[in-house]
Amino acid sequence: MTKIEVKNLVKVFGSQPEKALEMLRKGSNKEQVLAKTGQTMAVNNVSFAIQAGETFVIMGLSGSGKSTILRCLNRLINPTSGNVLLDGEDITKLKPRELRQIRQTKMAMVFQQFALLPHRTVLQNVVYGLEVQGVAKEERERRAQNTLDLVGLTGWENSYPDNLSGGMKQRVGLARALTNDPDILLMDEAFSALDPLIREEMQEELLRLQKRMNKTIVFITHDLSEALKLGDRIAFVRDGSLVQVGTPEEITGQPADDYVAKFVNIIRKTKGVL
Amino acid sequence: MYRIPLGQLVSTGVDWLLKHYGHLFDTFAAGVNTFIHVLKNGLIVLPWWLFTLILATLAWRVRGWRLAIGSTLGLLLIYDLQLWPALIDTLVLVIISGFVSIIIGLPLGILAARNQHFQRLMFPILDFMQTMPSFVYLIPALMFFGLGTVPAVFATVIFAMPPAIRLTNLGIRQVPVDLVEVGEAFGSTPYQLLWKIQLPLAMPTILAGINQTMMLSLSMVVIAAMIGSGGFGQGVLSGISQMDIGKGFENGLAVVILAMILDRLSQGFINSPRKS
Repeated sequence: MTKIEVKNLVKVFGSQPEKALEMLRKGSNKEQVLAKTGQTMAVNNVSFAIQAGETFVIMGLSGSGKSTILRCLNRLINPTSGNVLLDGEDITKLKPRELRQIRQTKMAMVFQQFALLPHRTVLQNVVYGLEVQGVAKEERERRAQNTLDLVGLTGWENSYPDNLSGGMKQRVGLARALTNDPDILLMDEAFSALDPLIREEMQEELLRLQKRMNKTIVFITHDLSEALKLGDRIAFVRDGSLVQVGTPEEITGQPADDYVAKFVNIIRKTKGVL
Repeated sequence: MYRIPLGQLVSTGVDWLLKHYGHLFDTFAAGVNTFIHVLKNGLIVLPWWLFTLILATLAWRVRGWRLAIGSTLGLLLIYDLQLWPALIDTLVLVIISGFVSIIIGLPLGILAARNQHFQRLMFPILDFMQTMPSFVYLIPALMFFGLGTVPAVFATVIFAMPPAIRLTNLGIRQVPVDLVEVGEAFGSTPYQLLWKIQLPLAMPTILAGINQTMMLSLSMVVIAAMIGSGGFGQGVLSGISQMDIGKGFENGLAVVILAMILDRLSQGFINSPRKS
């Protein structure tokens, strides 16, 4: 079953997106648009579909537009044109109230720098999503406690984020997202800021949790080995366009172009050394 | 050569306002006056030692024993110099001006932080309020509200409010982008985002603005005394006009003491450690 479908997504940063769109329709590329109009094409006509229960990794270097694509999925960034269908409903057409409803119930986000609220305790951070929905205090704290237990943070409820290590902070970030019980987890370079060992540990943790929860996960990373480890399918993004979408085997077996092949070779070499 | 009659236009405008809306200003002045009297009478019936004790306790709770001892000594000196009624007058002016500045300033600051156009409109007005010599708006304040504490409050608020607006605006705009994204990604309403994320995180900056507002209103007391607000400012003014250096110094020192107590107290609120 298709959970998320992205059709011809375009995001232009600048004051005259219409001009850029017009040039794009006539077949100009990113550089020509920037030179002529001063508009930056962050996402250039991207389409893909994500199945329910799938872990879909969007892989690209910084500036490739991967974070912009992710933010178009919950409209933290509004697409310039194109459609984002969630369970068949086009969220680009939603009014603010309807959009809030979707954000509260269907999707939750995990951030690269954890983005914990420093003035709230761990428990108060984790209840945030339910709090804005108006869930009663006892109920939301009970549910938050459950997810805290799930991610192994029992006993840290009343600590402040400043007193936690990076790995623990991201466990809180994960717990905050899971407490809402969303269908979809949006993870923006969620493990990139962690030490290698802790990152490894968190990847295992996510795989373990995913076996139990079976969420739809959209995971952003710039690290191909992470992408290969976590992803059911991987989308390679470069300069705002999709280069290749495929399973880890397809990516490593038949890289679509030299760019993808370069990444795969680096991984091969590292493994060869070991 | 032709000269734009700017000054004449302004004074015509003020006259017009007075002629058509004079009764409104009178009503407003009467209301503020009642408020001032209630506060003043409330503070003056407190015995001086009780007031000192309350303030010292507050200082001890907020900042520790050093400030408690310092405040006590300062207030004792003011009492001994027979400046107690002037202290109350000055304090009332500062409290009321500070209160009005915050009541008006914080919402304007929040609005400026949320709306680019409003911020652009606000900044030149704030520059105007802060740099226009305050003597200049003493005159219309006098014409609107007569002599006394009300026009003094009016002039003080204009001079002292800008930091409250500016720092509220700045504090909200400085909230890290990803924390605002957290609020939005979890489906907060704009109101929830403001109260649960932006204001708590901006609070240290906002409190610094309130501290600045209080300090600026204290620095207005001498000027406010020129239109009859009383307090230490009056002592300084009559010291100047009578060439009485001693009197001017005593009153000036009292302003400094009050400023230091208020400053340290409000700093204490800003830095009060978070429970953990």
